[in-house]
Amino acid sequence: MSQSAPKQRPATVTPGPRIHSSSFLRRFMKQWDVQLMVIPGVILVFIFSYLPMYGVITGFMDYNLFTGSRIWENPWVGFKHFEAFFNAPEFERLIRNTLVISLLKFFIGFPAPILLALMLNEVRHMFFKRTVQTLTYLPHFLSWVIVAGLTMSMLSTENGSVNMLLKSVGLINEPINFLGMKEYFWSILISANVWKEIGFNSIVFMAAIAGIDPALYEAADIDGASKFKQIFNITLPSIMPVVIIFMILAIGNLVNAGFEDILLLATNPVLRPVSDVIDTYVYRVGLGTHRYSYAVAIGLFKAIVSVTLLTIANYMARRSGNSLW
Amino acid sequence: MLKRISFGDKVMLAVIYVLLGLLAFSALYPFWNAVAISFNVGVDTSKGGITFWPRQFTLENYQVILQDERLINGFMISIARTVVGTATSILMTAIVAYGMTRSYLYGRSFYMTFFIFTLYFSGGLIPTYLLIRSLGLMDTFLVFIIPSMVSVWNMIIFRTFFKGLPVGLEESAHIDGCSNWGTFFRIVLPLSGPVIATLALLTAVGHWNDWFLPSIYITNEDLLPIQTILRETLNANIKTAQSSAIDSSALALIESSKNTSSKSLTMAMMIVVTAPIILVYPFVQKYFVKGVLVGSLKE
Repeated sequence: MSQSAPKQRPATVTPGPRIHSSSFLRRFMKQWDVQLMVIPGVILVFIFSYLPMYGVITGFMDYNLFTGSRIWENPWVGFKHFEAFFNAPEFERLIRNTLVISLLKFFIGFPAPILLALMLNEVRHMFFKRTVQTLTYLPHFLSWVIVAGLTMSMLSTENGSVNMLLKSVGLINEPINFLGMKEYFWSILISANVWKEIGFNSIVFMAAIAGIDPALYEAADIDGASKFKQIFNITLPSIMPVVIIFMILAIGNLVNAGFEDILLLATNPVLRPVSDVIDTYVYRVGLGTHRYSYAVAIGLFKAIVSVTLLTIANYMARRSGNSLW
Repeated sequence: MLKRISFGDKVMLAVIYVLLGLLAFSALYPFWNAVAISFNVGVDTSKGGITFWPRQFTLENYQVILQDERLINGFMISIARTVVGTATSILMTAIVAYGMTRSYLYGRSFYMTFFIFTLYFSGGLIPTYLLIRSLGLMDTFLVFIIPSMVSVWNMIIFRTFFKGLPVGLEESAHIDGCSNWGTFFRIVLPLSGPVIATLALLTAVGHWNDWFLPSIYITNEDLLPIQTILRETLNANIKTAQSSAIDSSALALIESSKNTSSKSLTMAMMIVVTAPIILVYPFVQKYFVKGVLVGSLKE
């Protein structure tokens, strides 16, 4: 990563596609000003993205904090930490929770914004439509700390609106400590996610719907098709390409069950059997109990699964005629 | 258009309006309720029953919050971090993106692969943490700024936008003797208002809302942003509630510690932390709608 090349200014400063220089250095020097735009970015990405990739080799060592950057002084242990993870008592529930939570997010969190976009599209009162949009987009811009705080407040046993409602309609006699009971956690987590993102994620589907040729609807009207039929026979098929692309993207993300939301909502250790996913486990054993190498190995395991899924997703996207980049 | 709506469609529309109304209400209610609680006297809140309006109105909760030096300091850190972090990241990323649009850039496809690879694979939490540690960035303000300075996603969005600009403008600038840097600052940046606004907005929100990185990289209380402080306060409250359920005698002890606060006080704090976002939200709404589309539909 030598930066000495751009230092002296060559006679010609106007680079252009016409340059056919034989030597790498001369070609490089001719366009030092453009290289100077890109190289600082490359260096930053190298440091903060590639050096940590290099750091994953500590997953095959017994890393000791005192060796610092002299990583090679740590003893090699091969796949010890991977084996320890696969045999850990938590392993099964970690995999199960990761899969269940991400699948729930996929099957509920993915269609919800499409449904919202379809419903908004039928609304003819502009004021009502804009109000609904404004209110449902807003939660996207709140931090998870705030969303978790509001969720806790709503579900609280102390002046929590949900408990108050359930009590007033006579469904319960005593307030329920929703966030302290395992059976409610997944529903709460998914609801909070849908609440936060449904509006914002519907924007792209609204745009896709707006791009549909109005003549299609007019023809359907003349032929006497009901609104309901129009949704299924015009709107949905027309936005399918967009839906498919986003679905593929979501599949590439299946291994990410979430992190911040779980960390903030599952503060009660009682919830751990249902809330613990790979990411939260890595965080806890790595930064909580300082088992660095073990945590690095688990992180690497997850990253490999993730790359595989993303590659497959991107391949599928390309097959469907839409590259992701 | 024919305007005869069938009975079935009328029912469907009614259902849609009701569902959308409920959704809008559920999006708004948690805030509304939080505001009501934040204006209520703390002791009174614990009796329950606060929904839309405060029962015993008081400004005391906000007075306490706005006089707390730790919170004021956290607020300042958050503002500084958001302003500096957004400005540097947007400028840096845009420059890289502009360089990447030059078709004769030597090594361009290598650079692109180099950047895009990071979207697929990352070293993960622990190696990044150890790196930040060994770089001496722990407990510094720079840890908020430097690691997130180049965003590959934003770079791709910028690049797509720059490619869509009319080529003639840049060409004539070049003919008039404008350098690449000059063209970038005088021609390209001024034409990129909407995409800059959008990406700056999303980056700023990301900075303002981040609580996690400070929670692992910052131990110095004076450098903690407001979101992380809020998180700690919420956590302290939960711990209190949990331990009081286990052992009621412990409650009195914890109650007296400084981190514990009433629900009304916590809600006031949450409203104060959210206020900046709610205040700018109406003015930037049109930008992010545009921006989401730039980012996802591309070309």
